[in-house]
Amino acid sequence: MDVLLLSRLQFAFATFIHFIFVPLTLGLSFIVAVMETKYVRTGDETYKKMAKFWGKLFLINFALGVVTGLTLEFQFGTNWSRYSTFVGDIFGSLLAIEATAAFFLESTFVAVWVFGWKKLSPKFHATCIWLVAFAANLSALWIILANGFMQHPVGYVIQNGRAELASFTDVITNGYAWNEFFHTVTGAWALGGFFVVGVSAWHLLRKQNVDFFTKSFRIGAAFALIFALVVALVGHRQGNIVAEVQPAKLAAMESHWETQPNAPMYLVQVPDPENEGNSIQFGKIPSILSIMAFNNPSAVVKGLKDFPKQDRPPVTLTFSAFRLMVGLGTLMIIVAILAFIARHQPVECSPKLLKLFVWCIPVPYLALQAGWAVAEVGRQPWIVYGLMRTKDAVSPLATSQVAISLVAFFVVYILLAAIDIFLLTKYARKQPA
Amino acid sequence: MDLGTIWFILWGVLWAVYFVLDGYDFGIGIIRPFFSKNDTETRIMYNAMGPFWDGNEVWLITAGGVTFAAFPKTYAIMFSSLYTPLMLLLFSLILRGVTLEFRSKVDSAGWRKLWDACNFLGSFLPALLLGVAFANIFMGIPLDKDGILQGNLFTLLNPYGLAGGLLFVFLFAHHGALWLAQKSEGEIRERALRTAGKLWPVVAALVVLFLVMSWFMTPLFTNYLVHPALFIVLLVPVAGLLLTCKYRREGRPLASWVGSALLIGGAALFGVFGIFPALLPSSLNPAWSLTIENSSSTPLTLSIMLGVALVFVPIVIIYQVWAMHLFRHPVTQEDLDYDEAY
Repeated sequence: MDVLLLSRLQFAFATFIHFIFVPLTLGLSFIVAVMETKYVRTGDETYKKMAKFWGKLFLINFALGVVTGLTLEFQFGTNWSRYSTFVGDIFGSLLAIEATAAFFLESTFVAVWVFGWKKLSPKFHATCIWLVAFAANLSALWIILANGFMQHPVGYVIQNGRAELASFTDVITNGYAWNEFFHTVTGAWALGGFFVVGVSAWHLLRKQNVDFFTKSFRIGAAFALIFALVVALVGHRQGNIVAEVQPAKLAAMESHWETQPNAPMYLVQVPDPENEGNSIQFGKIPSILSIMAFNNPSAVVKGLKDFPKQDRPPVTLTFSAFRLMVGLGTLMIIVAILAFIARHQPVECSPKLLKLFVWCIPVPYLALQAGWAVAEVGRQPWIVYGLMRTKDAVSPLATSQVAISLVAFFVVYILLAAIDIFLLTKYARKQPA
Repeated sequence: MDLGTIWFILWGVLWAVYFVLDGYDFGIGIIRPFFSKNDTETRIMYNAMGPFWDGNEVWLITAGGVTFAAFPKTYAIMFSSLYTPLMLLLFSLILRGVTLEFRSKVDSAGWRKLWDACNFLGSFLPALLLGVAFANIFMGIPLDKDGILQGNLFTLLNPYGLAGGLLFVFLFAHHGALWLAQKSEGEIRERALRTAGKLWPVVAALVVLFLVMSWFMTPLFTNYLVHPALFIVLLVPVAGLLLTCKYRREGRPLASWVGSALLIGGAALFGVFGIFPALLPSSLNPAWSLTIENSSSTPLTLSIMLGVALVFVPIVIIYQVWAMHLFRHPVTQEDLDYDEAY
């Protein structure tokens, strides 16, 4: 094992664990804000209890999102120093703006919201959680603008051996990044909906606090359905953009080897990168890939064989993650429709259906993780697409240093994630106070 | 003043603000095992920083982000060459962060004990490591011409580095005791003031020791001797040191805390102005130092960032001060009964 591989494992691991906590923060903060607004509008104490109950689950996650986010900022410097030097002029400023313009707002007002129930007027208090939700999502925007630069670099010139900023406007209006942002946050909002639906269903199965959890269920179901649909639409657009700017990623997503018009898709495929093809493929649907990529059945889709071997992403991983994301995304739409239909009297649903909602809590989590795997693994071998290879980005470190820290990350993060799940489960099962 | 110099000063100020703000959180964590007599007192201590620690930590994220944005090469070399101490710092900050969230979530004495121990480690280690790291930066670290550290963790644990570490631990402990005093009432407030009183002579002795060592072991005073007007910067921590003692004796914890804040912020700035124009001086060869000139971003990035900072930092300061004002009252039993209390 070398420093490069260890650093990649470490970054991938730290990112995935961070991204267990973040989507729930993005989605649940909005849902809590909607609940508290309902309380302010109607004066119905149930909604206040709801804001507190779901807010508590939000907070347990929030703390872990913060500390694991700190790790990522550190790692750019510790493990990817050559990358940091190369893109700091652009990438670094986006991170700094995130902290200054969004993260301060989020952290300060989270505390005001938590401790301010008796100190602020209900209206002002509700404004605080809206600020938190807004800031959390704004934070995501800046981070994804930074990631968008890695995916589709714009607004730069190569000078003095690094990427220097040429147009800040281009960097912050990067179409790739904006679509990626909407794809990510709508996924996170859907996840918030599934979380609320699933936890509510658990209580409704036991017929406890029926009124409270029916109302929660209804809000969650609306979020789940709206955003499960929107995330798919935005995802389709993302496919178009990837086809245009990252053709190798698109080809890897579909394990598509031959450049051809009317490119088909196969229902079942097993990639075989060694032999530059698929060992199994059947269930051919003609032209679908051309339509997916370019909205045109006769469009030519470039195959992997037309890329030099050293420029191809890891095909099997990208392909599997993409199929997993799309499959789970489809499942989300079906389940969200069922939840939406059941929303008026969910307690009268068959226990099987309620159990399905509980069991579907992890589905959007897995779909989002798979989506990030497509984005990040599919970008390889580039750290900045077309500009800098991942292998040229790593810090000059001793293997032992990274090996030790990697083991420490495994141990600490697995413990943290386990405690998080334990506490979330414990508090999700509690009765609302 | 050119953009690079402006950002150098802002860079120093951000670190100074971070030490002042998170310093008292660390301090409370450091003194807690020696101070707290029971669970109620421990909870008062946690809740004294409850609404603030998270916002305080963002100053670190911003200081890191600004280093990355304004001086990317310094950021890259500082973080990769100090890999092991920074990883230790990171893990201790993670421990500190989750402690507060986890501690009161399970009603068991063993569970709370575990997180109390983590909180101590998560407060003591960052204070020590930040002190060691910054003292080494002030002295110059053995960077070769490729920005690679010629040495390891133990190279950093030299007498001056350790003196810096000890200084930070005691500065923060004293700072934390004063914060606790101004956020509590009755017997705890009095005891916290007495604790600060016991810590003050140690702090004063370490400050003097550190200055003397700086004179003999570092080039920090060179800038001061060239521009004697800079000695005004050194007056800030010295005045802070004296004022914090005066106000504490008068029983005014908040004013005394402000004195301590001047001491910490001034001490950090003293070092930062001493190393100017390097951000990361090399002890092997001054030509290998990372300076404003050889590590800063382009003027375009620096000016955009300056615009962002000029708009947002004042707004941040306004709402953070407002939040501190909102939660200015001493922590009482009523706060501890509150279902969101730590």
